[in-house]
Amino acid sequence: MVLEQYSHLGILLLFAVLFPSIPLVASWAIYKFGLRPRLPNAVKGDTYECGVETEGPTWVQFNFRYYLVALIFVLFDVEVIFLFPLAVALDSLAVFGLVALLIFIGILGLGLAYEWRRQALEWR
Amino acid sequence: MSGFDLAVVLGAWYDFRDLNNLSRLITEWIADWGPDWLSSIVTGLLGSLGILAVIGPTLLVLIWVERKVIARFQQRYGPNRVGPKGLLQPVADAIKLILKEQLAPRAADKLIFFLPPVLIFVPGLLIWGVLPFGPRMSVADLNVGVLFLLAVSGTGVLVLFMAGWSSNNKYALFGAMRAVAMSISYEVPMVLALLTLVVFSGTMSVNGIVEWQQQEDVIFILLFPLSAIAFFFAASAELNRTPADISEAESEIVAGYHTEYSGMRFGLFYAVELGNTLVISAFIATFFLGGWWLWGLDQWVPSWIILLAKTGAVYFLLIWTRGTLPRLRIDQLMSFCWKALVPATLIFVAVAAVERTLLVTQGWDTTIALPIMAVINIALTLGAVMLFARLARSERLRRPARTTLVRDRVGGLAAAREVASQAGGGD
Repeated sequence: MVLEQYSHLGILLLFAVLFPSIPLVASWAIYKFGLRPRLPNAVKGDTYECGVETEGPTWVQFNFRYYLVALIFVLFDVEVIFLFPLAVALDSLAVFGLVALLIFIGILGLGLAYEWRRQALEWR
Repeated sequence: MSGFDLAVVLGAWYDFRDLNNLSRLITEWIADWGPDWLSSIVTGLLGSLGILAVIGPTLLVLIWVERKVIARFQQRYGPNRVGPKGLLQPVADAIKLILKEQLAPRAADKLIFFLPPVLIFVPGLLIWGVLPFGPRMSVADLNVGVLFLLAVSGTGVLVLFMAGWSSNNKYALFGAMRAVAMSISYEVPMVLALLTLVVFSGTMSVNGIVEWQQQEDVIFILLFPLSAIAFFFAASAELNRTPADISEAESEIVAGYHTEYSGMRFGLFYAVELGNTLVISAFIATFFLGGWWLWGLDQWVPSWIILLAKTGAVYFLLIWTRGTLPRLRIDQLMSFCWKALVPATLIFVAVAAVERTLLVTQGWDTTIALPIMAVINIALTLGAVMLFARLARSERLRRPARTTLVRDRVGGLAAAREVASQAGGGD
């Protein structure tokens, strides 16, 4: 029964790819009929930089802070995902579940406080 | 059912309260003679086509609505030339974009450059599948609907990065980097805000959360206003809309990750922004405003009309914030997320867990206990907002965080020039 529901999503996924393809295919068809221009030249193919020629490679090393944010996010998200099954089972686990959940949230909070203290959350 | 009775099908079609009747009749008719998988596929097809039939025209209208409403906020007329009140402007735009030349920079990574305009639609359209339009009206009623929503909407960031990276344009790369950093940061308060609802209603199914609200006669924005506020801000950041549109800030980085896209490819990026805003408004309406349910009105009005009305209200709120607030700096956005939203939502998850356990173990009457909890939570939310306002007023926190500049060093710029000239080089 559940797998059947996922099969519906599979069909929706198919449509989700087809739907945005329609305007692109239409645009291509219009080009084939000769209504849409396609006259590439050297200037049009340039990288857009407000009229100035681009200098050096684009794919360069990036500031470390983006990586740090991603790292903190991965830690947090993975830990928070563990809370979802616990949240659904909270009714049957009652007080024991509550204490476990509070301890887990406490650990998460401690982690956040540590990152805050070490200035990992500052955007510099 | 013995056969395909046209009168019954038409009768069901006119029963607008629940469009599921129609699809059920058709699938039962197919199940009579066809194999099992066929009826399942037909159900999926009907649902998907229904969703696309709603989204396609709605997107065109939304382009007009958004431009017109923003124009009103800024005391302009907005589009008013093409058709009555400018209603045909989106159609004219679409025709113009389809007829335009599609450029691709020579230096672009071609395959990855062509994929994003199509792929970027996928997460936004796929999460429509778990949205309940009525008691039984959703393409897939998953028992882990909330997780599915979070997982699928999280993948959108990858496509943005594909677009920014493959363009081989510095503006596009900056935009993509900013989009990734901001989206993944705001993902955390979003997950935590939904976790509050999951803890309190005890179900991960989206329809289950709506049914819980119906059963207890309460909407979640009253019970957990802070989660609603956090989800609203996180959603508007995930959608890259103005207060938080640093990833496509025109005055800094042209158009961000879609700088190099032109013609219909740009049009798709433009359309998906509105489409995602629509689906997120629908989910805000579902989670926090009761979705298809409205204190018994759903007995008389079709449930999907109620949902769409609520969605429209949330959408207007999103346009309102966009039309009112200026763009924030990236350091303000990041610190607002990690230092305000994350701790606040984390605390509210604990509050929700405590309240839920009290409700279950003590066996309290929900008609009395829930209003009391609502009052407590609203008071806590007001306290948190006032605390934040007090902290945000402090001058030290409002200053932008910057690395030390040369002119701030001892002696300033003059000293630096001195050093440079002594070393033999010019400046």
